[in-house]
Amino acid sequence: MALAHDDDPKLADYAHPGRLVTTGWLAEHLDDPGIAVVESDEDVLLYDTGHIPGAVKVDWHTELNDQLTRDYVDGAGFAELMSDKGIGRDTTVVIYGDKNNWWAAYALWVFSLFGHPDVRLLDGGRAKWNQEDRPMTTEEPQRPRTSYPVVERDDTVIRAFRDGVVAHLGKPMIDVRSPGEYSGELLHMPDYPQEGAVRGGHIPGAANVPWAKAAADDGTFRSRGELEELYQGEAGLSPEDNVVAYCRIGERSSHTWFVLTHLLGYPNVRNYDGSWTEWGNTVRAPIVAGSERGSAP
Amino acid sequence: MTTAAALPPGLADLVDEFEGVSTKDRLQLLLELSQELPGLPGHLVGHRDSMEQVHECQTPLFLAVEVADDDRVQLYFDAPPEAPTTRGFASILRTGLHDEPVQTVLDVPDDFYVRLGLAEAVSPLRLRGMAAMLARIKRNVREQAR
Repeated sequence: MALAHDDDPKLADYAHPGRLVTTGWLAEHLDDPGIAVVESDEDVLLYDTGHIPGAVKVDWHTELNDQLTRDYVDGAGFAELMSDKGIGRDTTVVIYGDKNNWWAAYALWVFSLFGHPDVRLLDGGRAKWNQEDRPMTTEEPQRPRTSYPVVERDDTVIRAFRDGVVAHLGKPMIDVRSPGEYSGELLHMPDYPQEGAVRGGHIPGAANVPWAKAAADDGTFRSRGELEELYQGEAGLSPEDNVVAYCRIGERSSHTWFVLTHLLGYPNVRNYDGSWTEWGNTVRAPIVAGSERGSAP
Repeated sequence: MTTAAALPPGLADLVDEFEGVSTKDRLQLLLELSQELPGLPGHLVGHRDSMEQVHECQTPLFLAVEVADDDRVQLYFDAPPEAPTTRGFASILRTGLHDEPVQTVLDVPDDFYVRLGLAEAVSPLRLRGMAAMLARIKRNVREQAR
């Protein structure tokens, strides 16, 4: 049984308020039957230094990715992972993490590929929970194993592949990387490892809205009005647009996908997880360098 | 292939320790090492500008390399508690190489970290930070030892 939604007034403004919970709501519902709290971080060890009581860890690199092919785990792999973590198909999953929920949003997007019915983000993530001096523990949770059904991944609705992006050229696209990566001055995030793209720049026509602009100083999502100003005002998107979002490997753009889909209610947003590490290495793929959007060839 | 004999004793012991345990226990070992990373000595506290940033790490890591009069390498690292993996990598190098002679540090095989067996536990991508730290340490040592 899914838990009731958090009826916090800030969340009520968003298109799908049921996709977010506040720290206060989570604190009250930690022990409810039917909930699973999942921590997903950039740092693979951060969970082990202390986590929300009862939370399990899901690591994007070692658990959500296929270890051989550049892809996500398949239906059987996801079912095994969920069963092992003690998560059932009817469990309400609340995901939180470090860095403005960057990796938490990525995990949520992957859960969504498998159509997990009730998956939510903790607004403000790990940092806000900590800031409010809420309990943390290093105690490993004991969740009984479940038998999660094998549900095949659906890559057709919220995921974009390279050929789909080629066909999409000329339609709205959001590049959520830093301005330096967008212009091509940097081939990777400032202060981050080089992840091997041989060309710098962006996909022609893509608007640049760095992903973290969607977060306020305390790590929570900006209000609906502020988000509309950012994506509709500055970037020029409309809710009825068919949008592709991308970054470097598809993690930061999952965060933007979440904002556009669940907070602003755009029905047609896809995340291109191949992102710049695929596009920027693809022979003869069109690229625009500099800060202008450019137009499709 | 490199052999254990090529590593200084402290580093060789760590490699043996990692090799001897399961993947899950390797993470635990890395976590413990991250907690043991010593703080900065007085002359470096508050002086990040005199340290070198290791950009290849996912989280900001600052490194200072000093070669003492007796030609022994002194290593200091600064990384936030929210970055335990990066701290763990730094701690491996600190435990294994601090106060070792210049030549010993320069002789450490660049790919020694492969033998820690961490690729499976933390992913190969995250391991790049470790390679970068060692490369930067060696470059600093070479420059100062000239």
